[in-house]
Amino acid sequence: MATVPLVEKPPAPAVEPPSPNPKKSILSYWRLYAAISPFYLLFLAFGLIPVGFSLYLSFHRWDGLGSMEYAGLSQYKYLLTDTDFWSSIGNTIIIWALATFPMIFLAMVTAVMLNSAVRFKKIYRFAYFLPNVTSVVAVAIIFGSVFSTNFGLVNALLQAVGLDQVAWLNTPWGIKVAIATLMTWQWTGYNAIIFLAGLQTIPGELYEAARVDGAGPIQTFFRITLPMMRPVLLFVLVISTVTGLQSFSEPQVLLQTTANESTFSGGPDHAGRTMVLYFFQQTFDNNDFGYGAAVAWGIFLVVVIFSIINWRLVQRRGED
Amino acid sequence: MTITDVKPTESEPGKARHGKNKRIDGTRRRGIALHASLILGVLLSAFPFYWAVIMSTHSSTEIFSYPPKLLPGSHLGDNLSKLFDSIDFFGSMFNSLLVATTVTVLVLFFDSLAAFVFAKFSFPGRGVLFAMMMMIFMVPAQLQAIPQFVIMAKLGWIGSMTSLVVPAAANAFGIFWMRQYMKSAIHDELLDASKLDGASFMRQYWHVALPVVRPGLAFLGIFTFMGQWNDYAWPLIALTNPDNVTLQVALSQLNGVHGTTDYGMVMTGAVLALIPLLIVFAIGAKQIIADLGKGAIR
Repeated sequence: MATVPLVEKPPAPAVEPPSPNPKKSILSYWRLYAAISPFYLLFLAFGLIPVGFSLYLSFHRWDGLGSMEYAGLSQYKYLLTDTDFWSSIGNTIIIWALATFPMIFLAMVTAVMLNSAVRFKKIYRFAYFLPNVTSVVAVAIIFGSVFSTNFGLVNALLQAVGLDQVAWLNTPWGIKVAIATLMTWQWTGYNAIIFLAGLQTIPGELYEAARVDGAGPIQTFFRITLPMMRPVLLFVLVISTVTGLQSFSEPQVLLQTTANESTFSGGPDHAGRTMVLYFFQQTFDNNDFGYGAAVAWGIFLVVVIFSIINWRLVQRRGED
Repeated sequence: MTITDVKPTESEPGKARHGKNKRIDGTRRRGIALHASLILGVLLSAFPFYWAVIMSTHSSTEIFSYPPKLLPGSHLGDNLSKLFDSIDFFGSMFNSLLVATTVTVLVLFFDSLAAFVFAKFSFPGRGVLFAMMMMIFMVPAQLQAIPQFVIMAKLGWIGSMTSLVVPAAANAFGIFWMRQYMKSAIHDELLDASKLDGASFMRQYWHVALPVVRPGLAFLGIFTFMGQWNDYAWPLIALTNPDNVTLQVALSQLNGVHGTTDYGMVMTGAVLALIPLLIVFAIGAKQIIADLGKGAIR
């Protein structure tokens, strides 16, 4: 029989001793430790040890087969001056910004609309969520054809209204716009559903009070809706940043047909080579495991910095 | 249309009190504008799917001609047979199904068990262990990719589905999610009562905890299955034998490796690969959509 105490004290104190007995041996908790152990064992083997190993690796030169050679800080020094890495940071941030800001705006508009729609709510939500369940590979293949220079739908539309065609997947900005459009398409509905859940927690009395005070819809949105949505907005922004800055599959699948040197090269002029693509290219194409590890730590640093900036921006008024 | 048309305050009953007819007209017009914009959004969401289906019924020559085809063609059969000639479609689909199902079952068991412990029991080191788990959220996959690859190679798992299943068998997100769910869903009185009846820890987990958190498990299960089905970066690296891959990797091979791409065939593959996922989503959509919101506003 298990004699482990509950966290929350039950209302009837007679059932349970008020606090765990401090003298009880740690061994008496073995069932609990056993129950949580699978995660920690897996984490140790495929999480913690790898992270430690990749730190070690970043100070060595290694092609994955031969012996390792101590390299000190030289790979990090090289990373700081590696223009390819810096341009991949630039690409990533541009694509992230092109995708994230329209996406958050559209998601908010959609959520507000869904919140005021009385009928067909379930059907709308289903339809808006659909792009998110589909695999990036399939979506990237489809968008590759939407943005194709020769037969793409976007160019056909441009032609129909008499504008010049754009070689979307062959020009630096075209590539970034195509990737960002794909991401916006895939994530707008997902985030709209999250915003909608947030909107539904705002008490109706607040809107009632605003109306009594004679606030217009725009005022109501900025004075009530937006401040109340701040935690949800922060959640969405942080998740979008962490995932957006690590984008890999979208550019990889979208651009692998136009890439000539490697499937991780990010298209013509490497315009779609994100940080993670660069990591894959260095590691698994060039077999430069040591430098790849240094690149991975560089990416980690960029993601952490951006997460902190996000946090600060959304919480800047010192609320919460 | 602008955002001001659709404020939540607009269509509420209080508005209609004075000048009833006029107000109803305005409300109605706004209602129409609202639904028109929402339907436009639905069309934008759905169009790429439609376009992919249409392309899968055309030959490459037709696809390359102007104007673009917006109605079904007659080459679906050709595209299908070319697809099955090019890749082992059903073999890779079976691999995906195997990996996604196994991982889902393991994740449901390990995550809910750990979550039960974190939600309802106290023990030495609980806070530290939980904080450690939350930090793991922050560790990016790239930091683990190289050593994971090296470890798997040493274990002889590279190229096999084991390399996908084992590291995914338990995860921090699922434990955190189930813990939040269990904290409120499982009443302490119920646990106390079962303990007085002499129920062991595993009996409490299986007979008291699990039955009340079924909806939470459904969300986690569908979410895990879809995530595994769609996973791409790690399988691309770990599955080194091109003849034994998951569906996403096979699709990607189809798109890139065969030189000049046969778009009709590639689209057919993309569409076929979506079908199982759409079925799973159609079954679980209600749960997923409801719980996704709950998770975010908690």
